[in-house]
Amino acid sequence: MDDPFVIAGETLSSRLIMGTGGAPSLEVLEGALRASGADVATVALRRVDTAQRGSVLDVLERVGCRVLPNTAGCYTARDAVMTARLAREALATDWVKLEVIGDDRTLLPDPVELVDAAETLVDEGFVVLVYTNDDPILARHLDDLGCAAVMPLGSPIGSGMGINNPYNLRIIVEQTTAPVILDAGVGTASDAALAMELGCDAVLVASAVTRAEKPEAMAEAVRKAVEAGRLAFGAGRIPPRLYARASTSDEGVPDLPGEEG
Amino acid sequence: MNLVVNGASRTVREGASVADLVAALGLSRSGSGIAVALNGEVVPRSEWSRALGELDRVEILTAVQGG
Repeated sequence: MDDPFVIAGETLSSRLIMGTGGAPSLEVLEGALRASGADVATVALRRVDTAQRGSVLDVLERVGCRVLPNTAGCYTARDAVMTARLAREALATDWVKLEVIGDDRTLLPDPVELVDAAETLVDEGFVVLVYTNDDPILARHLDDLGCAAVMPLGSPIGSGMGINNPYNLRIIVEQTTAPVILDAGVGTASDAALAMELGCDAVLVASAVTRAEKPEAMAEAVRKAVEAGRLAFGAGRIPPRLYARASTSDEGVPDLPGEEG
Repeated sequence: MNLVVNGASRTVREGASVADLVAALGLSRSGSGIAVALNGEVVPRSEWSRALGELDRVEILTAVQGG
């Protein structure tokens, strides 16, 4: 295929990245991951529970997914940087999905803390995939300071409201040199297709799949939507117009006089 | 010697190291999949022989489902 998706020099086979949060069990998660075709999946970092049996890491290894640790739950640059360092130590990867949240009601990124944390982590050699607001100016700052991917939200995490501001997303796609990955807000397959049609390089989906009634079926639907959306983006859509434009030519329309004719 | 491990108090023998604590918790000695912070600083695996001190705060983290 000559449409490779590359992050920090690594070619990924799928433009769908999966979040592993929200699945009711590791078994359900494994089925959904396989159906998604994703080759990267996020994990969070939390205190070990020595009573816990089975690990999300075992699932990812069986499925063949690359592990992308996130900094979910961090409200300050300091916490996010510490979490990223611990993730690098635990999981032997420089890749991190950077999240710095402003409050627990909206889970929207805190732009001030976010830029601070991104700068520090890029300086420390991390491959930073940064979860951001759908603000083109903030996205530009994150792109300029060397993030490996810019990940604007479609709508708040877990809301399933789709893409609230497709116009801002278009601007972000146009101006960003790093890959743009739509992150957060996808509710169903068509949201993922729209993101790809708008020119995003990839989509990250968690709740839409893991909290669906049938996670495996939704994972397959989203996978196909991402593929379809990517194809449509490259196919050059017709411009929308207010009035109709006949697809059938007027040429050769017969003259069929009525009884009075 | 008393420590605070993942928010709970725990007693270990005098002079115990980070590696001793990890082993006592039944976690993989190789440390694969886990990371340790001691009083707010990351302790790289290569330094797990470091001795713990009275009332040290230890966080031991691993990957869970998320994001």
